[in-house]
Amino acid sequence: MDMAVEAGVIKQHLIDPEICIRCNTCEATCPVNAITHDDNNYVVRADICNGCMACISPCPTGSIDNWRTMPVVRAYSIEEQFTWESLPAELSPEELEAAGGAADSGDEAAPATAPVPAQAQAAAEAAEPVFNSAQYGATVPPWSAAHAYTNLFPPKSPTTATVVGNFNCTEAGFDSETHHIVLDFGVVPFPVLEGQSIGIVPPGVDAIGKRHHARQYSVASPRNGERPGYNNVSLTVKRVTEDHQGDPVRGVCSNYVCDLKVGDTVQVVGPFGTSFLMPNHPKSHIVMICTGTGSAPMRAMTEWRRRLRKSGKFEGGKLMLFFGARTQQELPYFGPLQSLPKDFIDINLAFSRTSGSPKRYVQDLMRERAADLAALLKDGASHFYVCGLKSMEEGVVLALRDVAKEAGLDWDTVGAALKREGRLHLETY
Amino acid sequence: MSTINYSEKIPNNVNLGEDRTLQRALEGWQPNFINWWDDVGPEGSTNYDVYLRTAVSVDPQGWAQFGHVKMRDYRWGIFLNPGDANREIHFGDHKGEKAWQDVPGEHRANLRRIIVTQGDTEPASVEQQRHLGLTAPSMYDLRNLFQINVEEGRHLWAMVYLLHKHFGRDGREEAEALLQRTSGDQDNPRILGAFNEKTPDWLAFFMFTYFTDRDGKFQLAALAESAFDPLARTTKFMLTEEAHHMFVGESGVSRVLARTAQVMNELKTDDAQKVRAAGAIDLGTIQRYLNFHYSVTIDLFGADQSSNAAIFYSSGLKGRYEEGKRGDDHVLKGQTYKVLEVKDGQLVEKDVPMLNALNEVLRDDFIKDSVAGVGRWNKVLEKAGIPTRLVVPHKAFNRQIGALAGIKMSPEGRVVNEVEWAAKKNEWLPSAEDFAFVASLMGRVVEPGKFAGWISPPVMGINRQPVDFEYVRFG
Repeated sequence: MDMAVEAGVIKQHLIDPEICIRCNTCEATCPVNAITHDDNNYVVRADICNGCMACISPCPTGSIDNWRTMPVVRAYSIEEQFTWESLPAELSPEELEAAGGAADSGDEAAPATAPVPAQAQAAAEAAEPVFNSAQYGATVPPWSAAHAYTNLFPPKSPTTATVVGNFNCTEAGFDSETHHIVLDFGVVPFPVLEGQSIGIVPPGVDAIGKRHHARQYSVASPRNGERPGYNNVSLTVKRVTEDHQGDPVRGVCSNYVCDLKVGDTVQVVGPFGTSFLMPNHPKSHIVMICTGTGSAPMRAMTEWRRRLRKSGKFEGGKLMLFFGARTQQELPYFGPLQSLPKDFIDINLAFSRTSGSPKRYVQDLMRERAADLAALLKDGASHFYVCGLKSMEEGVVLALRDVAKEAGLDWDTVGAALKREGRLHLETY
Repeated sequence: MSTINYSEKIPNNVNLGEDRTLQRALEGWQPNFINWWDDVGPEGSTNYDVYLRTAVSVDPQGWAQFGHVKMRDYRWGIFLNPGDANREIHFGDHKGEKAWQDVPGEHRANLRRIIVTQGDTEPASVEQQRHLGLTAPSMYDLRNLFQINVEEGRHLWAMVYLLHKHFGRDGREEAEALLQRTSGDQDNPRILGAFNEKTPDWLAFFMFTYFTDRDGKFQLAALAESAFDPLARTTKFMLTEEAHHMFVGESGVSRVLARTAQVMNELKTDDAQKVRAAGAIDLGTIQRYLNFHYSVTIDLFGADQSSNAAIFYSSGLKGRYEEGKRGDDHVLKGQTYKVLEVKDGQLVEKDVPMLNALNEVLRDDFIKDSVAGVGRWNKVLEKAGIPTRLVVPHKAFNRQIGALAGIKMSPEGRVVNEVEWAAKKNEWLPSAEDFAFVASLMGRVVEPGKFAGWISPPVMGINRQPVDFEYVRFG
């Protein structure tokens, strides 16, 4: 995933000035230097924070754990934050829309997500509390996850990796291409787990003459390497040629990465991420819901499970995938997906722009598979992973909620357990 | 890697198993430490399961693991921040040279003194706070007290490790002595004055953790710059724990103020006696406690002019707070700094060589940091519509160390004579009657979610747990 791509709406990370004791722990901890302070407040730069959560648990006060949904163009600047005595309230949907931040309802910005379903709209109109999908996202890994190494190479001291593979993993000849890049670390220790991400530092400087900051990409390969037993990782990178409004824009890092040649070297920082990790327990189930390059961590988890299964270390945990794209041609790894055994993974593909077919989004498929999803929601061994564009998140969590309700489950209880036990992970951008 | 090995008798991330001599020495010290904890640690807490934060590694994700544990079984040990093989000394006469992994002979005595002085404060505060559990205003507060106590215990381990590893027999003797001195003991007191004072009640505890643990923060931050790399790495990790201690103090006083303001508004009064009669602590008493803890704490930074401070800096043993963020030459020769002295009954400023004034520089950094927090306390009063504001007293008020020691001075900074001091002392510092009143409020409240009448509940619980969570399970 390319964090540098700006979605219309962001979940902005903020610090509550009323609770913060200005102890500097968060600033000292942040691996990307997104946190700074003046004599009054500690603040977070929205354009640098990548939501890695490294600062959350070290904060002694809890003031660090605040988020506001904001139109990206209206994100609170650090200058504004410096003046705060208390946190601003969350914008209402109307204010959000007025501020130009309503999540695009599908086609342009969100290739495989639908507008919020009608019943949710009705609920909102009935002045119920606004549904906040982010509140269900876990910040802890599953209990059986492996321990992740993080920040072995912080932004101040990146390491070098060599490109050993780069090919288009979508159908050639289409405007939007997504590349599968393989990087080799040689003898440099760079252990990663499925679900973690790494940062790539594009060469050169930005418009104001500062070195580019690193862009984060999810690792698309399993823990023992893209090629088993090799110290390499793969990434899934979409070449960015237009912004969400369809205006031409050239993504600095995505174009650099997509144009890399075998033998080139790149500057890498990381690894990052400690909660979006897969369960290791052989009876655990994994439900993966993604769009576009959000498939990278799903590919990594699926491939690790496939290798485990091949070596007989697997006891029947289910794998279920809901994967959306605008068209089949644009869906990364469409070919390889077709060759996975049906008794290994239950694949559901949604295409929102296939000519002659009705638009289908991942949450439509989830509702269609409600019976199976309900059984999984009832099972404490089930883990849910959502990765893709920000605008899909709410629809997906609402679909989970509705599936739970229809099955007679109390969503508040289920949702709270999923979060508490590290079994629902949201990574949207 | 920064993961901590818990399979060994002494949890550590310094490959202790590879240094058998050191391992044996520390394993010899360990039973004495446990005996010390049993003797003078938190009273009556042996069977409690406490919701504690334990470090399993020193990266951000690893050192905040929460779960119920018995304090005696808390995983004390030796945790250093990851090292950087290329780290350079960035201040003083050795600027630009490689940081030291071993103690240079010429700095041995000074480093030992620095480490022993820092190490002595850690068990001292546990001793000072040992009775507080019996009068906790809530289960939430009880848990916070215990968390601080076990972390102070771990900080003692951190310093003892340095003594054992780098100072041979002397170090082992000093490590023993750290367990033999006792806070407030007539014959064998702790080294620094503030650590021999009593912490008689929870208001004093909150003030202590706000002011005195903040001194700890500044001392540790200065040592985290040290050219002696093991000291820098040890203190860096200690700083992450120290933040919680200051939080307990800052939020504790905030909650006392919130409750007092609520009572004042309910009764529509600012009369101290009426506020007291309603079971809250009046603002005057809170101000006097502040005056006392502030003045006692700023003494901890040492004399305003000190050749030792100059030597510690120039030789690279101890830097300034946030040394790396300062834009000067980091050598400081030929520069001056203003300190205060009394001339003809008046306070006057005078310029002294900066190197000699580094204690004062650190004290002034501390003052700036403290004052900001007092401003946040005032916001609590402001929001409640109470016109009174808390203030920190003058730097020269009630000082016992340095050029200002023993000068009789009002909190506003006016030099006064003995007669006025004697007459006003009880308006400026807590009186026996103040202590007796606060002590009278100290009843034990430990039912989950319940709080004593003199303090408001916190805004949020620990580690996202609810406020009424069972933070302590009484065995």
